[in-house]
Amino acid sequence: MEFILKPWPWYVGGPLIALTMALLILLGKRFGMSSNLRTICTVAGGHKVAEFFRFDWKAQRWNLIVAVGVAIGGFLAKNHLTESDHVTINATSVKQLNDMGFLSAGNAYMPEEFFSGNAWLHPKVLGILIIGGFLVGFGARYAGGCTSGHAISGLSNLQLPSLIAVIGFFVGGLVMVHILFPLIF
Amino acid sequence: MRNLIYLMVGLFFGVVLFKSEAASWFRIYEMFRFDSFHMYGIMGSALFLGIIFTKVVKHNKTTSFFGEPITIADKEKSVVRYAIGGVLFGLGWALAGACPGPMYVLVGAGYWPILVVLLSAVLGTFCYGLLRSKLPH
Repeated sequence: MEFILKPWPWYVGGPLIALTMALLILLGKRFGMSSNLRTICTVAGGHKVAEFFRFDWKAQRWNLIVAVGVAIGGFLAKNHLTESDHVTINATSVKQLNDMGFLSAGNAYMPEEFFSGNAWLHPKVLGILIIGGFLVGFGARYAGGCTSGHAISGLSNLQLPSLIAVIGFFVGGLVMVHILFPLIF
Repeated sequence: MRNLIYLMVGLFFGVVLFKSEAASWFRIYEMFRFDSFHMYGIMGSALFLGIIFTKVVKHNKTTSFFGEPITIADKEKSVVRYAIGGVLFGLGWALAGACPGPMYVLVGAGYWPILVVLLSAVLGTFCYGLLRSKLPH
């Protein structure tokens, strides 16, 4: 039990993510979390305005159920399976973040500067959350998948398109953290 | 019954993402700074086992738990859409510090501002749907 309450090392987390993919494939389904965003658009009426949202969303209902399960899992893990949710990241990263004004680095799961109380209402923070989310949604569909669909499932199936997408993910992430973060923070 | 199984698989995945800290904004930042092996270890080990699993399933023509044939489809061939879409996704991933799976985790964990990120991701998906025919693929 003690082991469960502590943060799980990579060699536990990684194999269990592979197990998740394996279970979904053995259930005759696919491992892809961003597809749900498209389904949500269709359910919300997107099929009336764009061809892309005209598909039988009920055939994708299983994936929405998985997403609900993921949220319940997040609730359980945070409230019942965790002693301290402080994420102990590397000291160099902590220092870098402190210098940029993220004083919660190393002492929280998510930056309090974004996620605690009313911090998110600050125009700059709100802008970051909106732009970040928008790029994830737009980019995932443009690339035809996200981390689960490309970096795990697609690369597991040795797909060159997924390799291109994952290289893209890293180019984007590196540009954001190394070039744009110093301009933003 | 099947729905309950999907729910349980999701629940399991949600616990794994939270507990392995893959849903933490800080871990994503640290990853893009190459300051820790943690995220690379997670993705690398998942991928190592995933490749073996996928090969075995394809080779043995394994059927699903329900006895149906399993098809693992190839991705459509292209470069442009994966490159541009991938870079846009990566910019958002580092900024919001969460990809779609972790977004659902963080909603459940009660980090409410993530709802702004999630709604915005739906909006981004919606805009892609509107612009799709005009974008290079």
